[in-house]
Amino acid sequence: MSETQEGKTTEPEVDLPAWSLRRDDPRARALPRSWPHRIDRKWAWSGSDGAGVRVAIVDSGIDGDHELVGGLQRAVAVEKTADGEWKVGDDDAGDLAGHGTACAGIVRSFAPRSELWSVRVLGAGFKGGAGALLTGLRWAIEQGCEVVNLSLSTPKRDTAALLHEIADDAYFGGSVFVASAHNLDVRSYPWRFSSVVSVASHDGEDPYEFLYNPDPPVEFFARGMDIEVAWLDRTRIIAAGNSFATAHMTGICALILGKHPALTPFQLKTVLRETATNMRES
Amino acid sequence: MAEEDLRAAVAAGALAAREGHRPLLQAIVEVARAIFGARAASIMLLDHSAGELVFQAVTGEGEDTLVGRRISSATGIAGWVAQSGQPLVVEDVANDPRFAREEARRTGYVPKGLMAAPLLRDDRVLGVLNVLDRPERRRFSAAEMDLLGLFANQASVALDLLLQAQRIETLLGTAGDELEAVAELAMRIDRLDEDRRAAAVRLLRDLVDIVGS
Repeated sequence: MSETQEGKTTEPEVDLPAWSLRRDDPRARALPRSWPHRIDRKWAWSGSDGAGVRVAIVDSGIDGDHELVGGLQRAVAVEKTADGEWKVGDDDAGDLAGHGTACAGIVRSFAPRSELWSVRVLGAGFKGGAGALLTGLRWAIEQGCEVVNLSLSTPKRDTAALLHEIADDAYFGGSVFVASAHNLDVRSYPWRFSSVVSVASHDGEDPYEFLYNPDPPVEFFARGMDIEVAWLDRTRIIAAGNSFATAHMTGICALILGKHPALTPFQLKTVLRETATNMRES
Repeated sequence: MAEEDLRAAVAAGALAAREGHRPLLQAIVEVARAIFGARAASIMLLDHSAGELVFQAVTGEGEDTLVGRRISSATGIAGWVAQSGQPLVVEDVANDPRFAREEARRTGYVPKGLMAAPLLRDDRVLGVLNVLDRPERRRFSAAEMDLLGLFANQASVALDLLLQAQRIETLLGTAGDELEAVAELAMRIDRLDEDRRAAAVRLLRDLVDIVGS
């Protein structure tokens, strides 16, 4: 490093370690504080209808014509080609199980003007591999979906490392993964990762009631029991499980991002914590 | 034939285990049905290569006709559970025409409610446990989900035993007569009283010495 008599660095000759930042880099400039004020629900999502937020539902497909879903922005399916590659293509199969439609309907009930993207990773051609899941998630991030609802998990350890990488990429890329905890006492992924918003159920009836869990890995609890949901062939059923709690949190995330599109995933998570039903004034 | 495979085959008492799992699976679905007060319960084995679920044990509606039947694992509620590895609890399944059409055609019985849990062993989905139609429309509770999970654990252990027995049978089938003879010998020795078993084991050790020399 060459220095002038005043002792100031004239040029950045020293190689910094990887991932480091020079202090004269634009990124080192002061950033405006986001929240000099109280974070409450009014600030967080009052007036929002989710407009402008792209929500990917990675699941069994979605019946976009269901009255509770009210249309899809796009529907794709991940399927294996003859060469054994996983490929994303337009999908007109709708929903093969009902589960994806149920989740989509819940999200829509919160954020009526959000864009719903169906990413079908389950269904015909699925042989228990996790390739479809990984490909579908990667695709949703690449499309820039701000919220990705994943009411699924995998117990496969060899997949966990790959999922972790995708979850971190999403987190840094501005896509929030909202991931369902397993309904059984099973270690599965990606909901256990800190880069996702993980959700399990509480037994309340208020769709807007969600609780922050100070004892993760599950970080939030939302309504998950006895919910009327959209199902196949324009019907409705009563269903229960963490899948549906997850869709509630996805809907709330879409509302918040509709009003505050610049929030990063970690800011969003903080907003969720601050607006959780069980937070009180200290 | 690797020595460890031989030991596994003999130790598992493959011959005796061949049918032993069936009463166990049957007992699990019967207890699950009784505890939930359900109209029917069943255990399905996931056949990965065929992309199908095979009924292994059924109690209540369909118990006379369903065992051995196969349904696609690509669609429907049981299919979703098998593929996702997650349990699912729904009411008013009859409103789901896809489910109704498929199941009614095959079983003549359309459930109104269904609890389905995956049968997991380590990181594999072995099959699905179904509990159909609890008596009244009571609220789902997390406790019921936990209970379903406990039954699913039990069923997955039993199903894993079935798969092991099948694997060992295949092994015996490909290994020829020697291994089957050894497995049968082991089974018979195991059934002897203590004194005679000790004598038989001494005799076998002598045999090993003779063969080995």
